[in-house]
Amino acid sequence: MSSDAALRADALGKRFGRRGGWALRDCSFRLPAGRVCAVVGPNGAGKSTLLALAAGLTAPTEGSVTVLGTTPAAARPRVGFVAQDKPLYPQLTIAETLRMGADLNPEHWDAAVAEQVVTGGGLDPKARIRSLSGGQRTRVALALAVGKRPELLLLDEPMADLDPLARHELMGTLMAQAAQYGTTIVMSSHVVAELEDSCDHLLLVGGGRIRLSGEIDELLAAHLRVTGAADAGGLDAATVVESRVTGRQLTALVRPAGPLPGDWRTSAPSLEELILAHLRNPGAPALHEESAA
Amino acid sequence: MVEYRIDRHSGVATYVQIVQQTKQALRLGLLEPGDRLPTAREVVEATAINPNTVLKAYRELEREGLVEARRGLGTFVRRSLGTAPADSPLRTELEAWAERARTAGLERDDVAALFTAVLDKHFQGDPS
Repeated sequence: MSSDAALRADALGKRFGRRGGWALRDCSFRLPAGRVCAVVGPNGAGKSTLLALAAGLTAPTEGSVTVLGTTPAAARPRVGFVAQDKPLYPQLTIAETLRMGADLNPEHWDAAVAEQVVTGGGLDPKARIRSLSGGQRTRVALALAVGKRPELLLLDEPMADLDPLARHELMGTLMAQAAQYGTTIVMSSHVVAELEDSCDHLLLVGGGRIRLSGEIDELLAAHLRVTGAADAGGLDAATVVESRVTGRQLTALVRPAGPLPGDWRTSAPSLEELILAHLRNPGAPALHEESAA
Repeated sequence: MVEYRIDRHSGVATYVQIVQQTKQALRLGLLEPGDRLPTAREVVEATAINPNTVLKAYRELEREGLVEARRGLGTFVRRSLGTAPADSPLRTELEAWAERARTAGLERDDVAALFTAVLDKHFQGDPS
């Protein structure tokens, strides 16, 4: 397989405890380097498990995950990870935390961007971590991860406890990193709108499986929203993700195999429509549009 | 230098908004040949959109011959658009007309509808 994948999963599965259920199962996908990938799914879908596996914090029960062409443990110096609970040392000050980041990453610490992330929030460098609010801790955790200037950034719900202004500012900082250094960014959220403009790649996780994976443009182009008469027929050739009949009208989200008969009105679905239709219909077949690039 | 404003709810693809706003700046003379467009980094840092979206817009502008990418230097305006710079006599006439429309009690939507209708009549079939 091509070596330019930043992240690759092959039949990846994780079960917690011998009798526990599968948090993730049969996950296979490949994320090319330089992409900004949204990991979307409802609560408990397996998003955090997937990111923890990629970060090497937990080992797969079956299958494998490849990070920057190697194992998660070997890739760790080149990966920045921000876990959902933002673990930091509560007794350290912000300045001490950033100094620790510099000491741990002597080769490639970017003090300027780390300080920019922290000062953007008007934080006092002398403040102790334990005195910070959730959103302020997020800032410090992001400063540590971005300052490391990693090739791959894994962010678990990075925006969840930030106000809209901080969200926009920090997303801008992340995008600037991607633009300047080609950093691959993987970030999870259950709010699609939050990621729509910033991401170009999607992993939709539902029920511990990958439901959709690929370039967002390609995934959108593979689907159509159609409306027509309930008895019109002609959708047999397409894969129907979701369909609903209201009175005499049928509305559906489909993956057409070829041109549809002319009596269907078609339009392009939005990303949110695409994702919700798949989450509402767990039986709909998965789609993997892995680009050859 | 232009600053792009992205409207998430406009229904217009983000890269198209960048293309349209660049053309608007070219038409109004806010961008002139030789001017540098903001770098992808500058645009995404301010707007939080995906860098590839900016590159896609710049490629489209390049394809239309409006800008050119110079390796390591940035993207530069090659030619301007239209013949109606911000201070042309045509604009002055239009300003006066809009003022009269307003004085006559027309609302913004009325004026826009009227203008579009006249535009459609005179530029029928022309590419927009």
